[in-house]
Amino acid sequence: MTQASHLRSRAEALAAAYPPLLASAERLAANVQLGDHGRKRSGAGEAFWQYRQLQTGDDARLIDWRRSARGDEQYIKQREWQIAQSALLWVDQASSMNFASSEGQPTKAERARVIGMAAAVLLVRGGERVALGAVLPPRRGTGQLERIAVALTEDRPDDYGVPDLSPMVPNSRALIVSDFLGDLEPLKRVLTRAAGRGIRGALLQVLDPAEEEFPFRGRTIFESITGGVRHETLRADTLRERYLARLAERKAELADLALSTGWMLGHHHTSENAQSALLWVYQAVQGAR
Amino acid sequence: MTVFGALGFSAPWLLVGLIALPVLWFLLRAVPPAPIRRKFPAVSLLLGLQDDEHQSDKTPWWLLLLRMLAVAAVIIGLAGPVLNPDARQSGRGPILVVLDASWASATDWRARVARLEPMLAEAGRNGRPVAILPLTAPAPVTFADADAVIEGLPGLAPAPWEPRFDVTLPEGDFDTWWLSDGLDYDGRAELVAALSERGNLTVFDTATTPTVLMPPVADGAELTLSAMRLTAGPAQEFTISALGPDPSGVERILGTGAITFEAGEAEASTTIELPSEIRARVTRFSLDGVRSSGAVTLTDDRLQRREVALIDGGRDREALDLLSPLHYLRQALEPTADLLDGGLEDILLANPDTIILADVARLAPQEEAELLEWIDGGGQLVRFAGPRLAASDVSRDSEDPLLPVRLRVGGRSVGGAMSWGDPKTLAPFPEDSPFAGLPLPDDVDVTSQVVAQPDPTLTDRVIASLSDGTPLVTRKAHGAGQIVLFHVTANAEWSTLPLSGLFVQMLERLSISSHTSRPEAAQLAGTTWQPMQVLDGFGRLTSGDALPGVAGEDLFDRPLGPDLRPGLYESEDRRLSRNLIEEDSVLTPAVWPASVSVQPLVAPDAQPLGGVFLTLAALLLAADLIASLIVGGRLRGGAIAAIAACALAFQPDVSRAQEDLLPVAEEEILAAGEVTFANVLTGNQSLDTLSLAAMRGLARTLFERTSVEPSDPRSVDLEEDELSFYPLLYWPITPDQTRPSDAAYARLNEYLRGGGMILFDTRDADTARLGANSPEGAKLRELAAPLDIPPLERIPQDHVLTRAFYLLQDFPGRYNSRDVWVEAAPEDAIQIEGMPFRDLNDGVTPVIVGGNDWASAWAIDDSGYAMRTVGRGYTGERQREMALRFGVNLVMHVLTGNYKSDQVHVPALLDRLGQ
Repeated sequence: MTQASHLRSRAEALAAAYPPLLASAERLAANVQLGDHGRKRSGAGEAFWQYRQLQTGDDARLIDWRRSARGDEQYIKQREWQIAQSALLWVDQASSMNFASSEGQPTKAERARVIGMAAAVLLVRGGERVALGAVLPPRRGTGQLERIAVALTEDRPDDYGVPDLSPMVPNSRALIVSDFLGDLEPLKRVLTRAAGRGIRGALLQVLDPAEEEFPFRGRTIFESITGGVRHETLRADTLRERYLARLAERKAELADLALSTGWMLGHHHTSENAQSALLWVYQAVQGAR
Repeated sequence: MTVFGALGFSAPWLLVGLIALPVLWFLLRAVPPAPIRRKFPAVSLLLGLQDDEHQSDKTPWWLLLLRMLAVAAVIIGLAGPVLNPDARQSGRGPILVVLDASWASATDWRARVARLEPMLAEAGRNGRPVAILPLTAPAPVTFADADAVIEGLPGLAPAPWEPRFDVTLPEGDFDTWWLSDGLDYDGRAELVAALSERGNLTVFDTATTPTVLMPPVADGAELTLSAMRLTAGPAQEFTISALGPDPSGVERILGTGAITFEAGEAEASTTIELPSEIRARVTRFSLDGVRSSGAVTLTDDRLQRREVALIDGGRDREALDLLSPLHYLRQALEPTADLLDGGLEDILLANPDTIILADVARLAPQEEAELLEWIDGGGQLVRFAGPRLAASDVSRDSEDPLLPVRLRVGGRSVGGAMSWGDPKTLAPFPEDSPFAGLPLPDDVDVTSQVVAQPDPTLTDRVIASLSDGTPLVTRKAHGAGQIVLFHVTANAEWSTLPLSGLFVQMLERLSISSHTSRPEAAQLAGTTWQPMQVLDGFGRLTSGDALPGVAGEDLFDRPLGPDLRPGLYESEDRRLSRNLIEEDSVLTPAVWPASVSVQPLVAPDAQPLGGVFLTLAALLLAADLIASLIVGGRLRGGAIAAIAACALAFQPDVSRAQEDLLPVAEEEILAAGEVTFANVLTGNQSLDTLSLAAMRGLARTLFERTSVEPSDPRSVDLEEDELSFYPLLYWPITPDQTRPSDAAYARLNEYLRGGGMILFDTRDADTARLGANSPEGAKLRELAAPLDIPPLERIPQDHVLTRAFYLLQDFPGRYNSRDVWVEAAPEDAIQIEGMPFRDLNDGVTPVIVGGNDWASAWAIDDSGYAMRTVGRGYTGERQREMALRFGVNLVMHVLTGNYKSDQVHVPALLDRLGQ
């Protein structure tokens, strides 16, 4: 990224990737009904909510004269509460996510980006301010979506991602999408801090089917995507049981963490439909409020 | 070459390499499969996990075995294995080749000779003199150069009799090759011993099983045929053909039957049912597909049932059966002959072999004439005397044509109560009598007879007489038949002859009845049998004219040999067959002493197996490759599917064979879609060009003048091209063109039958009147001989060709000869009064033959100008025009058939003809 030519080629690659990402995210988000997204209570906002009889203590200037002139009662026009909240989004862009066990499947990174982006689209449509990790501060509007899309297309060179919810806007909602295969300590710290600030949210673990099943045999050298971590075995098939035990342990750890901090934990496999994951994410983020 | 049983190795030392295989086993076991590198993000979870055992993943034992087999196959393949390696002859000194050369080796005689020839040739290369001793025709043996002996090989033929073993062996030591026929004979063991003493004896045994057919056994209308084979083998089915002349005298298969050897059975039998008329014509039965005289059995009179008509003169007489003149004849003839009853005229229509008139004196003149005609045609009339004949005055003064002798008035009685003398007995039969040699029973005596008038011809006509010299049986030839008179009655009234067995034998000798079993030697004594047809070793019939006659007593009792061949023998009117295989024949397989080496006659071909083993190794290695990938985890479902797809892709493409079935050239499709004319390629380049141009000219003329719009003509090669697309073939004849193959003729006939037409053009102006002597005419006859062409006639004036489009009476080409020939009109076509032409046959004449060189008159070049001049000036152009008109008429005739022959057109035609 230091050389200009490199920068340009990357920029072009990003620009090429950006519309599809946004488009697929829009498409995904379009499938989620916005019907229950309204705040359903009166408050500061633009849209009409209801007419209410004037009660004691109401400011006289609040009376809606047009409505009150029709009868003897005085009415107040209330608007729907449209307080803008912040949503903190973090999508793992580390190289461990760039993995797909078979040709036809999307990589974990692609799936995580689409889900994260779609969640951002939904939140922005709901009028929320969305922040992307430490990169983009919370803002609203489609401009923010484009910025998020550009930011999401970037890859990180490190093996495993470290979650970052830096703005830590109090009482906001958060979504962390990752495979959670790296060290869990940073995540634990982030979650504890976030819980302390009243941030609730959801963790979505995106895994490849091969990581779930471990269908390997024979003498094998396993390498991380960057090649930084490697493990050699003579008989891969004998490792399977213990691997699966460790994976279950990891998931249990995550579940504990989520439970203790009041977050929600979901699992998603790249072989599954992204739609279901998005629905879960949407419900989880809604429910976390 | 080292040989292990039937397997030989050209480089046997390489096999030592097989010892190294166990070493390889341990080496392969010790080396673990190479690791695979895999990207796997969850490796963080794996960190710190230890393998259960330090031993690496072992190569599975079956994979090791696969590799071992592959290596073993390579080693064996390189060692050059050969199945059934050619054995080289060993030994030195002269070689005596002993052939059984009997009928049993006829089936594979060719194979024997073909096998013998290279063996002899090799002996010749080794400088060994050879000699051949066929045991069926032993001759003194002299060893000679192999080349000379090989030259004589084609002259050897199997004989239709058993081999002899009393042969004189040449001096000195020699090796012997004995080509056996697989059958055991008396004396074989002695010869084996004698030959073994002189040197090595090698027996070449045949793989074929001699199969023989036994003579048929008649049982009523059914014939039972049995067959035998030397060794019981798997189930086998043969067809038996009954061969004989058809009514027109051409030899045909008159009947067939299937005979099946069950598995494990050496004998089989079947029954064939033939109508007696057909059965009488059967001359032999043969096993189809077995080329040996053992598989042919000849039939003779024994199989035939003669038709005998019995007529007596006393039909109005009411009498006891035993007094009936025909009773004894019936008894004697019924088992062996078909008896006819009825009026003489009815019987003559049935044309029986023999008519017996018992005591019939006179016949109506009409009947007499018909009877004489029948005898002329080969019938045999047998008459018995009786009271009526004696009382009548038939043949008194002059010889009656239906009696062999003149008769005295009244006859005579001897030995009765009212006469002198004793009853007469029979005198021995004279030598030239058909009864010669029959034993005379003591109890036959004659009390009454009709007596012949002494006559100069009488002595010649007597074939049996009484002890006092009076004739008892006389006969005379008449035309192709004969008339026989028994001077006694057919019943026991006048003599005891009808009561004795002699009576039956006499009837047999006269071939009135026929034997169903083989006659005894005694019965045949005194007869001489001339071979009519004899069998050779292959079962083919040849004429026996050149062979000497055989004495009757020898006919069935002497063993067969050069002087007594199996065949059909004739004596007088009787025919007997001597067959190679009789009812009591047995087939015994030859048994050779253990000391004799027996080899199969035809050694299986040497088959190098190195390629097979190396291919096997390659396949095993390929399997090992895939198996290794699977074991190493480098292969998933998709890859396996890909490999399977590759393997399938190398399968031979079967579907292509189907496409090749009907290769239809594009131009043939065009030809089939339009009216297309064609000329037959003659091989003469300029003539072929001219013919094609002529077809083009004809096509253009038609296009311009008629509604027929032909496409471009084609030239057809009779050998290759499909003809059915062309309605008309123009076939110019050159003297030097080649005759089409039989297949081409078959297609041509198919073409003609399917309605095609060939225009033959001898191009010689028919100077020789349909090819009497011109070379083209001769060629035409040769070319057209195999074609299915109906009778031809010159184009009659009212042929439909004369009015199919133009009204024509000439059919000129470059020449103007009137001789153009078409299929002849049926004989019964008649011209109705007032009609200009006959109501002629339907259909198109399949050929038109002429010599007017139409091609020259029709041919045009690419610009449309005529290629050849016709005649001179205007006359010539007029002739060309007429030629073209003929062409138009011809095509119209081809395409519309006899349409213009329809009488509907008569008024219009009459109008145009100006009548």
